[in-house]
Amino acid sequence: MYTQALNTSDAEDRNIEDAGRAAQFQARIDADERIEPNDWMPAAYRKTLTRQISQHAHSEIVGMLPEGNWITRAPTLRRKAALLAKVQDECGHGLYLYAAAETLGASREELVDMMLAGKAKYSSIFNYPTLTWADIGTIGWLVDGAAIMNQIPLCRCSYGPYARAMIRVCKEESFHQRQGFEIMLTLARGTEEQKAMAQDALNRWWWPALMMFGPPDTISQHSDASTRWKIKRFSNDELRQKFVDATVPQAHYLGLIIPDPGMKQDEAGHWVYSEIDWTEFNQVLAGNGPCNRDRIAARRKAHDEGAWVREAAAAYAEKRRQRSAAQAA
Amino acid sequence: MAVANIQVSETPLVLYTLRRADDALILGHRLSEWCGHAPMLEEDMALANMGLDLLGQARELYSYAAKAEDRDNDEDKFAYLRDARQYRNLLLVEQPNGDFAQTMVRQFFYAAFADLYWRAMMKSADPTLAAIAAKSEKESAYHVRHSSEWIVRLGDGTAESHVRAQAAIDQLWAFTGEMFQADGSERGLIDAGIAVDPAALRPQWLKTVSEVAREATLVLPESDWMQQGGRSGRHSEHLGHLLSELQSMPRTFPGTTW
Repeated sequence: MYTQALNTSDAEDRNIEDAGRAAQFQARIDADERIEPNDWMPAAYRKTLTRQISQHAHSEIVGMLPEGNWITRAPTLRRKAALLAKVQDECGHGLYLYAAAETLGASREELVDMMLAGKAKYSSIFNYPTLTWADIGTIGWLVDGAAIMNQIPLCRCSYGPYARAMIRVCKEESFHQRQGFEIMLTLARGTEEQKAMAQDALNRWWWPALMMFGPPDTISQHSDASTRWKIKRFSNDELRQKFVDATVPQAHYLGLIIPDPGMKQDEAGHWVYSEIDWTEFNQVLAGNGPCNRDRIAARRKAHDEGAWVREAAAAYAEKRRQRSAAQAA
Repeated sequence: MAVANIQVSETPLVLYTLRRADDALILGHRLSEWCGHAPMLEEDMALANMGLDLLGQARELYSYAAKAEDRDNDEDKFAYLRDARQYRNLLLVEQPNGDFAQTMVRQFFYAAFADLYWRAMMKSADPTLAAIAAKSEKESAYHVRHSSEWIVRLGDGTAESHVRAQAAIDQLWAFTGEMFQADGSERGLIDAGIAVDPAALRPQWLKTVSEVAREATLVLPESDWMQQGGRSGRHSEHLGHLLSELQSMPRTFPGTTW
C-alpha cells in the first residue's frame, strides 16, 4: 500500500521498459548505489525481489515450527528461554522482511495468502522434522550457519530495504548460530547417548543444509539477472563451498563425522563433497518432503482459526474510528 | 517415570517462593505452546515475549528458593523433577490455552493480579524478593496493558468475539479466587513484611477487571464460588499432561548436562 502511493508518478509509464532508464538503472547498480522504494526499477527487478524477499519472509515464519516443536520439551530452563527467544527473533525477521517486500508494492496479506495456497515457496530445510533435542542444536549450527552464508552478501544487495533488513537479521542470526554450536558442543562432550544423538542429527541435517544454497549453478534459473542486478553476489555453488569449508573443521572439533565418506580436501584446501541428491531436493520443493503438508497445514490452521481474532480487531478499530469521528463532529 | 522426584524442604520462605515460581513457569509454558500458531505474527511475538518474561521470573524465583532451601536443588531440579503433587502453582495458570479468548482472559486475570502483587512486593523486607519484584513489575505492567487491550478488542469487536470472550470469562472466573488466598505458612511471612497479604490486593484487582470488562461490554460472573487446591498440590487434570511434556528429557536422560 505504501509503495503504491509512492509510485503514482510512475503510473503512466510503469509498463514501458524505457531503454534509457534501464541503462541509467544499471549504471547506478554498477556504481554500487542503493535502489530505494521510490526509485525507478525494471519490472523484472521488482518482481524478482518481491519473490525472493517474500520467500525469505515465509521461511522465517515456517521456520518457527520445527524449532517451536521443542520449546515445551527443552531440557533445561536456560535452553528453553534461549529457544523461545530465538523463535521470537525469527518471527521478528519475518515481520522485517514482509515490510521490506511491501516497499515493492505487494501487500503482506497477498504474499502470505500465496504461501498458504502453496504458490510461494519457503526454504526447503523447514520440511524436515525435528526428532530429538540434538536437532535443535544442529539447526542452530548448520541451518543458521548456512543462512548466514547466504545473508551476509545480501547485506550489500542493491535494494536498500532488503540490504538493511539483512544487516539486522544477520546480527541475531549469528548469535543463534553460536547458541546452536554450544548445544552441539555440550552434547559432544556429554554421555555416549548424547554423542550418538548429535551424530544422528548431523546425519539427517547435513545434506538438507547443503541444499539450502539452491540448485547447482549449471541449472539455477534466477542467477544471471540477479547477479547483474547485484541482488546476488556469489553463485549457489560458491556459497555452498564456503559453507562446507567453514563447517567441516567445526564438525571435526566436535568429534562428529560428516555423513559423506568420499569427502576430501583438494590442493587449494577446499573440502570436496559428493553429489547432492537433487531428486530429493526437487521432491521437497514440489511439496513432497517429510513435513511439507504438516507445515502448511499448521500455518493454515493458525490463519483460519485466528480469522475471528483479526476480524474482532478490525471491527473494534472501526468502531473506535466512528466514535472519535462522532465526538469530533 | 524413570527418575525419582526430588525432596523439597518446604520452609515457609521456600514454599512461598516456589509457589510464585511455579505460577510463572506454568503460565510461561502455556504461552510458549502458542509459538507459530497465533492469529497474527505480531501476536506470536507478543505471546512469546510474555512467555519469556515469565520464564525469566520463574528462573530467578527458583534460584532464590534453592538458595533459601540450601540443599542441592536448583532451578532445573525444581522445574523438571517434581511431579504434579509437588507443584504449587495456581489452578488458573495451568488451564489449557483453548482459543485466543481463553488465553487472553487467563493472561489478563493473572497479569492484573501480578502487576499489583509485584508492585506491592517491591517493598518486601526480603531484599532478593524485592529486587525480583522490581524487575517483574515492569514486565507485568506490559502484560496487563497488552491483555486488557485485547479483552476490550474481543469484547467490543464482533458478535463472535464477544461470545468467545464472555465464555472465557465465565469459564475461568472460578480460578481467580485462589490468587487472593494466603494459608498459615504465608501468614508469618506477611506479618514479617516479607510477603504481602494478597487479600488486600483484591479490591484494586476487582476495580481494574471490572473497568476493563465494562469497556469491553462484558459481564463478570456473579458467582463467588471459587476453585482452589493448586497451592497445596491438588491440581486440575491438565497439569500432569503439561509436566509429562515439560519434563520428558530430564526424566528420560537422568543426571545429564544439556
